[in-house]
Parts: sequence; structure tokens; C-alpha cells
Amino acid sequence: MSRPEFIAPPEIYYNQEESHKYTNNTRVQQIQAEMTLRALELLNLPSSQYVLDIGCGSCLSGQVLTEEGHQWVGMDISAAMLGNALDLDVEGDLFLADMGAGVPFRPGSFDAAISISAIQWLCNADSAEANPKKRLKQFFETLYASLKRGGKAVCQFYPVGQDQIDLILHSAKVAGFGGGMVIDRPESKRHKKYYLVLTAGIDGDLNLANVEIENNVSKRKKRKGDESKRDFIKRKKDTMRKRGKDVASDSKFTGRRRKPKF
Amino acid sequence: MKLLTTNFVQCAVKSCSSSSNCFPLHFTECELVHEDLEFDEDFIKNVMVKIDWPALLSVTRDIGNNSLPEEKPNIESCDEQVLRDLHLVLLETQIKDGKMICKNCDHLYHIKNTIPNFLLPPHLA
Ligand SMILES: [Zn+2]
Repeated sequence: MSRPEFIAPPEIYYNQEESHKYTNNTRVQQIQAEMTLRALELLNLPSSQYVLDIGCGSCLSGQVLTEEGHQWVGMDISAAMLGNALDLDVEGDLFLADMGAGVPFRPGSFDAAISISAIQWLCNADSAEANPKKRLKQFFETLYASLKRGGKAVCQFYPVGQDQIDLILHSAKVAGFGGGMVIDRPESKRHKKYYLVLTAGIDGDLNLANVEIENNVSKRKKRKGDESKRDFIKRKKDTMRKRGKDVASDSKFTGRRRKPKF
Repeated sequence: MKLLTTNFVQCAVKSCSSSSNCFPLHFTECELVHEDLEFDEDFIKNVMVKIDWPALLSVTRDIGNNSLPEEKPNIESCDEQVLRDLHLVLLETQIKDGKMICKNCDHLYHIKNTIPNFLLPPHLA
């Protein structure tokens, strides 16, 4: 199988012809549905949640979300794919948007996020300006902010190699996520499936029965004592900025002792 | 785009993300459509916790609807009709075509055939 992300960027590759082929291929439909159900199993959500579907394509995954009783917003960079979703009369909302430019929703919007066969595209450098590291950073930071505290995300993807897995895991960790990789059918070259399983903030109650997490993203060790008051304030401010709060900008007076006021 | 979504979407321009003015967007020239959906009481109860009521009022006024109460209804004590009304407003009312403008940077986003276009030129992304 040739990898589509090696041929052209997604908004070009999934033109009308390719997206129509993709959407109406019963084998693709079946595999997408199976992986969506698996992602939902890992998410272990209560009913009637508000879910973001990243790289929703023609919303084969969204249809499963609707069947499972969730409301959802799907985003995709391919207008042709979203056109197919409109033809399918899906119930969720559709956004024409580039995940690498960020998730355009306010802090705490979603209970959970899923992504099926999409985030490997973030690692592409299709144009001179495209910087995979920057795109991954922007994606994970804004995804983190858009999830409620304790919100969860499961992203099934097709990594090119261990380097790509490491890069993606590292980017997620730097953005504040906990979690790791779940690999289904690791013994099968054809059916092996990779799921990036993430929690935003406090540990969510993921359904990790019978799975081993590889490359576990451990929380950064708490630094005590060895950072200055100024660094502490800067770190706290950065955290609050990441969460979308308004924070006073840093200056030479940040963290300085003030003169007593009378 | 459902009215529900207007209560969560914010300007995608990177330099706007730290501004409190990037949400809610200002809506103009909107054509609305109604889509029947099965009443989902649990979802309304779940999502009302997250709804920013003043932002919802701002958007409904933008699109010419002044029927919502000033105060956010108390989901625990209201009767079912209020929940049904909220379902109608949030989930069954869709913007088919229209424009959204960021109150911070004035960037204009188009909604065409229910789909908002959030693709940004490279210098804004
Ligand atoms: Zn803006």
C-alpha cells in the first residue's frame, strides 16, 4: 500500500475523486468504524458527551459517534471530504480547518477528542513554511486547552517509524498531556494498530483493560527549591496562558520584591 | 454550524488566542435553518454546565433572536420545556450561510453550506 501522505498534502490528495473513492469503499468504511469503536472503548465515556473529531474526513467516524449517542464537531482540511460528509447527512458540525494551525475552540470546550488515521499528516512538510515540530506543538497545545480538565483524547494513526512515534509522544507530553501508546495486534504486520491515548490534566478513567502502555508519558517531576521565585512565577504564568487565561506580560519587575506601600 | 458551536469556537489567529476578545465571534448576515433532532436531555444537562450564557446572548442577538432570558436557566430545577427549548436553540438551529468576525483582530470567517472555513493564510496561522 502506498502511503497517501507521501504523495501530496491532504487537501490536494483527497480531491473529489479520491475522497469519493475513500468514502464509498466498504473495506475502508468497516476499518474506520472498527477503529472508531476501539477509540471509544479506550475513551470509556459516559453517554451524551461533546466530542471533537480531528481529521474527520467524510465523517465515517462521526457516524459511529452519533450511533453511540454523542454530539460532535469534526474538523478536516479537505473540502472534498467534508462535501462527502454533507452528502451522508451527518449530524455533527463540520469545520474546514488545518489541525496543524491549531484547534480553534475556547478552553474546556470538549469532553473528549478522537482522531482516526489523521495525525501522521502533521509530520509532513508539504511546503517551505511547514515545520512539523511547530505544527505538532500548535496542535497539541490547543487540543490540550480545548479539552475540559480530565478530558481524554485517543488518536489512532499510522506512524512511519519509531522516530515519528517518539516525536508525537514528546510533543504531546510537552503540551501537558499524560498517557502513552496502545498497540493492538502487535504481532501482525498487516493488522497492527497504533493508538495514542492522552489525558488532559488529572488522570482520566481510561479503559485500559488488557492493554499495555508503551512509552508511558510520565508527568514531569515537581521541581522544588531549585527554582527562583521569578522562574516559578514565569512557569505558573505560562501554564495559565496555555489554559487560555489572560495573564499580565512579563517584565523586569516580574517576581521582584516591591517596596512596602503605606 | 449549530448555535451550540458558536459558544465554543474562537478566533484561530495565533496572536488572538491569549486575548479575551477572541470569543465569542461576532455573527453577521446569517441565514438560519432548522434541523429536527431527537431530544437529548442528558446532553443538554451536560453541556449547559459549560455554556457561557452572556456569549450565547451576544450571538443570538447578532442573529436577531431576543427570546432568551437574561439569566442562565438553572438546569437542576427547571422544567422539561426549558430543556426542550434549549435543545431547539442549541442543537436544532443551524447557521447555513453567514459571516463571523473576530472582535480582536477583525478577521472574517465565512460559513458556506453550514461549514465554517477556518483555513488561515500562512502568515496568520
Ligand atoms: Zn482574531
